[in-house]
This record gives sequence, structure tokens and C-alpha cells, in this order.
Amino acid sequence: MKRYVIIGNSTAAAGCIEGIRQSDRDGTVTVISKEPYHIYSRPLISYLMNGKTDLERMKYRPDDFYQKNRVTTILGQEAAKIDAQNQFVLLENGQGIPYDELLVATGSRPFIPPMEGIKKVEHPFTFMTLDDAKQLQQKITPDSRVLIIGAGLIGLKCAEGILGQVKKITVVDLSDRILSSILDVEGSKRVQEHLEEKGLVFYLSDSVLSFEAGSVALKSGGTVPFDILVIAVGVRPNTELVSEAGGEVNRGIVINSHCKTTLPHVYAAGDCVESFDITTGQNRVLALLPNAYLQGETAGLFMAGNEQESLPLFPMNAMGLMGLHMITAGSYEGEPMLIQDGDTYQKLFIRDGVLKGYILIGDIKRAGIYTSLIREQTPLDEIEFEQMKLHPQLIALSKQKRKQVLAQPH
Amino acid sequence: MKRVYVNEEWCLGCHLCEYYCAFANSGKESMIDALKGETIHPRIQVEDGGEIHFAVSCRHCTEPLCVKGCISGALTIEDGVIRLKEEKCVGCYTCVLSCPYGAIMPGEGKAVQKCELCLNNTHGTPLCVQGCPNRAIVFEER
Amino acid sequence: MSLEYIYPEFEVIRNPERCIACRACERQCANEVHSYHEEKGVMLADESKCVNCHRCVTLCPTRALKIVKTDHTFRPNANWTWDVIRQVYRQADTGGVLLSSMGNPNNYPVYWDKMLINASQVTNPPIDPLREPMETKTFLGKKVHRVERGKDGRLINNLEPGIELTTPIMFSAMSYGSISYNAHASLARAARELGICYNTGEGGLHEDFYEYGPNTIVQVASGRFGVHKDYLNTGAAIEIKMGQGAKPGIGGHLPGAKIVADVSKTRMIPQGSDAISPAPHHDIYSIEDLRQLIFSLKEATNYQKPVIVKIAAVHNVAAIASGIARSGADIIAIDGYRGGTGAAPTMIRDNIGIPIELALASVDQRLREEGIRGEVSIVVGGSIRSSADVVKALALGADAVYIGTAALLALGCHLCRSCQSGKCNWGIATQRPDLVKRLNPEVGTERLVNLVRAWTHEIKEIMGSMGINSIEALKGNRLMLRGIGLNEKELSILGISHAGE
Repeated sequence: MKRYVIIGNSTAAAGCIEGIRQSDRDGTVTVISKEPYHIYSRPLISYLMNGKTDLERMKYRPDDFYQKNRVTTILGQEAAKIDAQNQFVLLENGQGIPYDELLVATGSRPFIPPMEGIKKVEHPFTFMTLDDAKQLQQKITPDSRVLIIGAGLIGLKCAEGILGQVKKITVVDLSDRILSSILDVEGSKRVQEHLEEKGLVFYLSDSVLSFEAGSVALKSGGTVPFDILVIAVGVRPNTELVSEAGGEVNRGIVINSHCKTTLPHVYAAGDCVESFDITTGQNRVLALLPNAYLQGETAGLFMAGNEQESLPLFPMNAMGLMGLHMITAGSYEGEPMLIQDGDTYQKLFIRDGVLKGYILIGDIKRAGIYTSLIREQTPLDEIEFEQMKLHPQLIALSKQKRKQVLAQPH
Repeated sequence: MKRVYVNEEWCLGCHLCEYYCAFANSGKESMIDALKGETIHPRIQVEDGGEIHFAVSCRHCTEPLCVKGCISGALTIEDGVIRLKEEKCVGCYTCVLSCPYGAIMPGEGKAVQKCELCLNNTHGTPLCVQGCPNRAIVFEER
Repeated sequence: MSLEYIYPEFEVIRNPERCIACRACERQCANEVHSYHEEKGVMLADESKCVNCHRCVTLCPTRALKIVKTDHTFRPNANWTWDVIRQVYRQADTGGVLLSSMGNPNNYPVYWDKMLINASQVTNPPIDPLREPMETKTFLGKKVHRVERGKDGRLINNLEPGIELTTPIMFSAMSYGSISYNAHASLARAARELGICYNTGEGGLHEDFYEYGPNTIVQVASGRFGVHKDYLNTGAAIEIKMGQGAKPGIGGHLPGAKIVADVSKTRMIPQGSDAISPAPHHDIYSIEDLRQLIFSLKEATNYQKPVIVKIAAVHNVAAIASGIARSGADIIAIDGYRGGTGAAPTMIRDNIGIPIELALASVDQRLREEGIRGEVSIVVGGSIRSSADVVKALALGADAVYIGTAALLALGCHLCRSCQSGKCNWGIATQRPDLVKRLNPEVGTERLVNLVRAWTHEIKEIMGSMGINSIEALKGNRLMLRGIGLNEKELSILGISHAGE
């Protein structure tokens, strides 16, 4: 009977547990997490803030999840060390948890850059965990002026979460545009205009010169008064447990296609790892929930001796900001093909005859059909791509492929 | 497991499945009550292109990317059927991003919507299947 | 100013309370009757294009549609009726021959409806088909003159080749070209499932349907379309078509537009060329010539296939049948004047030929009198509408019946009689791919099988009530029939007594 141990209690952990249990009903599974909560969905914290979900509904899996999957949880305890040679995890309290197979799913943590005068800010918030959200929720009032450093996914989701509950939201970013990691220049502009209509104020190509009590001086020369500061400039993978145990780490933990680290019997998945992006052919940190699940599941399958390769990975994001939806995937390399039609903004990126990436803003219907072209690296000359340029449609596939899709079980 | 299968050879592009679907999920007693004067938001959608027509609805994949990618746990598999817990869905549309068939779509409220094989209503055999005039949509074991 | 306008015959009644503007009617009407008014959000109809095929009515999900005959009227006139006046107008406009399809719709007597069937009471008890065997198996072909035995006393099989049917019903000749691939597929599959035969008609046999050969009657008509050795040898029997009830004495004309790739290949004529069947077979001007063709076909098939000669029911049908029976044919098929067609000149369809009931009775009688009834089996068609019609036909002397129109109705035909337009909304009488696909052969087969099974059940019930337990005992059993409202002459031709006698 195998002893499985998982460090982390989020998406990759759930994927791993469900992966293990597909074939191994007997082995013991132990989950170690420093957070004291039942498994919950981190991306939902912004929806918690604006009331679209609540603590009960944001549970990522039902209450009986651990019980049904026969998982022992050690919650509120941080793993301090991995002894890869002797195959055990050392907890902060000195307890050792032995394993036969270990998954490291430690996620990431907010990156807080050195900023002049930051000590003068009473409580700089980050926006990543349930505790972050709970604390922020307690602090905000209808009179709050909120300053968010970082106009990326986290910063803007935070803004959405508190919109309407505070007096003013100001967002500062070093980049010349918002959501620079997922949008192109034009797309960013569209979204920015939308957010400005909703009342957000942006300072772009700008950064903190220094903090004073209750205000920030910006490099551009402006001063922005604020009551609450949220720092959302980025995250750093939690790689230390593996690197200290002697495992290879670049920007994230290095894993192979089985999600295995360079340490024996140690796997890693989710935001803490570096994965192979098929659209660029390079390794990068793909800190995205669907990928975390898939990696966790792949790790779980392999840990249980079930050799099933993971689906190809690449960046992908679906996100709504104050009523405007956008879906993006892949990398923006190659020849762009732009279609702007009223409220719709669509850009496809094609290189070497395959779809490498896309940006959809506004009308996002059936975007997954494009995603699938990227995932399967479908040669576009094998389909009637012309029919798909305007809207993703299955009719562009070959008759045989359509039959496979619609008339066969899969 | 019984699934909805589509044979484009027999699909006439009449779009009746869409109307039967919209009715089935309206909770109303009669189609007239449910659909008169309304813009419909069916969970099955017909693609038309010249002589080719076919309907697309959830394939209820055995390895569903929508369920695996769902950020809230609102999409689950129950006895092989991919179900949506509407109250858990926050409408992030990650499933729209993930589904290779474009079979999950924004719903009328905040949640997404998808075919649940009419298990979420009282019509029994999926109503799109019952309403298809040319047996282009069938509900069977394959 | 144009004088062409004729008030439409039908009106499309749409209940605005029920219509949800789903536009299924619009998408399904090949005649483009329905349209959607975007601004007003309502459906409109141009009834001048409506042929009353009911496709829209059937598919409307809220039952919002009905088609009614217009009450627009001419001054009433029993002689110059609406139809007659309209025909004159149309011809004055076009100078053309009027075309129609399906069977003669005019108000001539239907003799089936003037005959009643007997039932057993007390002395000759009825039979319950659910409890006792009831045989509907039917053999068609020559009967043996005498039973022969070998030296060991065993029977010698001296039977000529024939057709064996599980029930005395066959699907009549409808060519591939006049009806669609899917209609043919439905007929072929149903015939196999039922253990009966369908008939290729004069358009040859599509290569996909060779597998149904044992349930196929292959036709040889005056155009000889698609006739070759494999074709002849594939079928269960060969039918020489001399005439057709809907248009006796004239040939056929399938417009080039219907000669699409597959039809062209099957008929062995160039794509897009008109398929013209001459009125006569140019090699048949006498019974002797017919005999030559019969034996040519037998020769080509090594005397393994029975040969059917099909004629239209015309005035001297009994004498013609007598000649055919002596020409070497195994089966005579007679087609009454109500038989259907994909296209015929209206005047021909409506005024030529005689009722099948009278033709059948006189042929059976004549062959009996001449002592040659056993030389041939008799199959009749030309409006067999129900199992009761089948029973009456058998009692009048038929060995089996052909059903054409009834089979098409089972496939979805709503008798709009517009086959000649090629825009059949039910996917039957059309070659337009978007329309052809409306007939899913899986559905078509099921409905045909249902129909014939239902009729067979009813035939068994009716035979049981008569105290008869096999088709053989029913054939020519005219004592089982009585006329009602018929005059002496009609009764004498039919060879039956009047009800009460």
C-alpha cells in the first residue's frame, strides 16, 4: 500500500488526489497545508468580495471530498523540509511524514518589490489567499480610497471585487498598458476604456517614487492619496522546499512531462513549476488553474503507476472585468489577424500554418474551438480555416473529424 | 452511457432542436408561453454552412476539460453526465475557453449553461431528440 | 396589365397567438411560401406558391399553422368548375400541355367501396388469428399442370421459377430518378425486412441496392434505362412495363434536371439529358414480339427468373391479358387508372384507362374461361388504399397487390400532387440534395414496415372472420364479396352478387 503525500491544498492537489484515486483506492493520501481551510478556489476571492459567491460556495470540492477520497489532512501546518533521501516531509512542528510518492504543490506567493517608504503604510495588502480577501474585506469602507500597484490579472480582479464598495480605485503600473501579460496594445486599450468608464483611474508607465503616510508620490510627479494599498505586481513560485532538498529549480521547479522533479519520487505541479509551453517551445511558469489541475492529475496518475501523459500546456485565460469578458490563449507570435466588429475584438496569431494564440474581447462564444486548434496544433490547411476566421465553428473541420466529434463517444 | 449523437447526414438545419431545448429549459408548461416574443438561448446550437447542417451540444466527454478547468467546482461529472451547479458558477467562462466543441455558453444569468441531457428538467428523453423531425439527433449508447 | 393572376387555391392560416417565429416553416418550404419580417418580427406567407404539402404544418412546433382551401369563388357552376376554368386560364397563358402527378383525383366510382366482405357465423365458424395459424405466404408464378412423382414415389419439383412473399403485398414500380435515393433505400430495406419485393421502376438499379436483389423486381421499360445482364440477374423477377395506369398509352419524360450524376450512371444515359421513354416498345407490335422479349430475358437469366408483364387497365384488358398469358409471361401486373405517377399530362391521367376492380374481375374471369388462369399470377395496383382493398382484390381474383401511393404516404407524402415540380418537400419525388436528405431511410423503412405489418395483421383478422386461414383459399373467392349500390352490369362484370342476395 503506497503512502502518498501532497504539500499544498489547492487545485493541483485536487487533481493529484483525483488522479491517484482513478486507479489506487487503497494507498493512503495525506495533504499538508499551511492554510487551515477546506480546499477552496483561490481565483474566487474576488467574487467573494463582490458577493457573487460565499465561503460555502467557493469550496472547490464538496465537504465530503477528503472523506470520499480517503484523504488525511494536516491543515494549518507548514512543511519545513523535504528529506528526499529518507523520503519524508518534516513539518514545522518537528513531525516527520514519510512518503512513497510526494507531490509538491506549494503554489506561489505575491512578490513585493522594495519600495521607498513602504514601512510607512500601515498594512499593505496582497490579494491571493482567502485570508487576504477576508482582511481586505474588513478594512474597506464606502469612503476608502484604494491604491492598487499592478494592473495585471490579480490587481484588476481585486479592483473588480471591491468596485462599488469603496470611494475610489487607482491603479498604477510600470507597463504602458493594462493586462500586458495577456493582451496586445489595442486590446489593452479597449479594456482600459471599459474600466475607466466604470470609474477606475490608471497611472500607466508609472511607478512608486515613495510612500508617505496616506499618499504615494509617483515617478511621473503626481501624488495619489489613499487609505488602502494593495500590492499586485506579480507572484513568485514557492520552490524552496525542492531546491533545498537538492532538486533542480529555474524560475519554477523543473519537471518532466510526467510532472516529476529531478528528485526521486518527488513530483510537482501547479503554480510552483515551470512547464513546457507548446506555443513557444519554451519552459515557463504557467500559473493558471486549468493547467494546475491537469498537472496535478498527471502527477497523481504517474504516482499511482498509471502512465498517462498530460495534455499539452500553454497559457490560457478567461476573465471578466466588470461585465466585459475576454478569453486569451497561447502566445502572440506570428502573423496577427485582426477582426474588429462593433463590441467584438478578435485577434488570431498564426505561425507555421498553425494557430499559436488568440485574443477575444467581448464576444467570447465558443472560444474553446480555437483553444483546441492550439492544443492539437492542427495544421490550418487541413481545415476550412476561412470558415473559422470570423467565429469559431466546427463546420471548418473535415467531415470525418466532425463525425468523430459529434457521432462517437469520447 | 447514453449520449446525444448527431448525424449531420440527416440534419436539415430546421433549428427546431434549439427551440425544443429552449423550451425544455424554460420551466414553462407550453412552448408558446416559454418562447413567444423571446430571443432563445438554447444549449444545443445548429451550425449551418451551405448544404451542411449539424447540431452541437455537450459531448459529455469522459475526460472533460471543462470540469478539469472549472475554477469553482461548479462543473462535475455525475454518472458520466457533466452537470452544472449553477449556484456555484461565477461566470468566469474558463469552461468556454476549454471546451473544444464550443458547447458551453454564457447563460442568461451570471452562470454558464450547457446541455445536461434534460436531467435538470421534466422532459425525460432530451427534448431536442424528441423534436428532431429526421432522427438527426439521437440519444443512445454507442 | 397581366391577365395571368389566378387567386391561390390555398390559404396559409397562421395563428398569431401560437406562432413563436421559429422560422422552421420558412426553412422547410422549398416553394418559399414563408418568410420572416425582421422589423415586425412576424412570419409572412405568399400563398400563391403553396402546394398544400403540409411540411410546414407537420413541423410547426406550436401547431400554429393550417392550410385551408380558399373560399374565393367563381359563380357556382357544376359544369364549369373551378378546376376546369383554371386549366383553361393556365393553358391560355402558356399554350402548354397541363402536367400533373400522382393518381387520377376525379370523382369516379371507387368500386372497392361498393363491395362488402362476408363473415362466418355459426355453421362455418370464424377463426381467431391470435390462436390459430393464419397463412399469408404467397407464391407468384406459373402453377404446375399436374403433380409428377418419380419412380420412388417422391414428388418431382416441376415448379417454374416464381416469387415467394410473406404477405400478398409488394411495393410498385417507382424509378430512381422519379423518386429519390433515400426513398429507394427505404423501399429496398423495408422489402427485405418484410420478406416482400419492391420494384426498381424503369430507372435501373443504383449499385448500392444490389444487395437487396432477392427482394427486388427489376423493370424493363420502353426506354430500357439501366438494363444490363447483371441488373437482370440481380432481381427476384423481371418486369416488362408495357403500360402504366396513370398514363396508359404514352411514354415517360424525366427532365434533364433530374438526371443528376448518380441517376445518370444508374440509367446509363448522359448527365442532364432528358430521359425519354417511348410510348411503345419499338420492338413489340404483337404478342409474338412480346414473347420474344420475354424469352430473351429468360435466356439472359438462364430461365431462373419469372417474368412479369405490366399493363395499364384499358378497355380490352381481358383479351390483352389472355395474349400475355399465352406469351410465356409468368405474372401479369395490371395497373388501374388511379395509379400514381411522378408526372403525366393531366388529360391523360384523368381520362384514360378503367378502374382496376373491373379490369381485375374481367381478366380473372377470362383466363378462367380459357383454362389458362394457372399459366400466370395476377398482381393488381392502381390505388390499393387499405387492407380491406387488398382482401377485396384477392377475392376478386388477384394473387397479390402492388402498393405505390400508400407506400409513399407512409414515407411522408401528403399527396400535394406536385411531384413534377421536383421540389418535393418530403424528400421523396426530388433529386435536390437538400430535399432528398429530409427522408432518413431509417425512418422511412420503419414506417413502411409498420404499414405493411399493420395491413397484414388486418388481413389475417378479416380472413379469420371469413373463416379462411390462408391467402390461397381467399384468391378468387368471389362468394366472399357482395356489391352495394351497383347495377346489374357492374355486378356481372365483377362476378359478384348484390348485398342481401
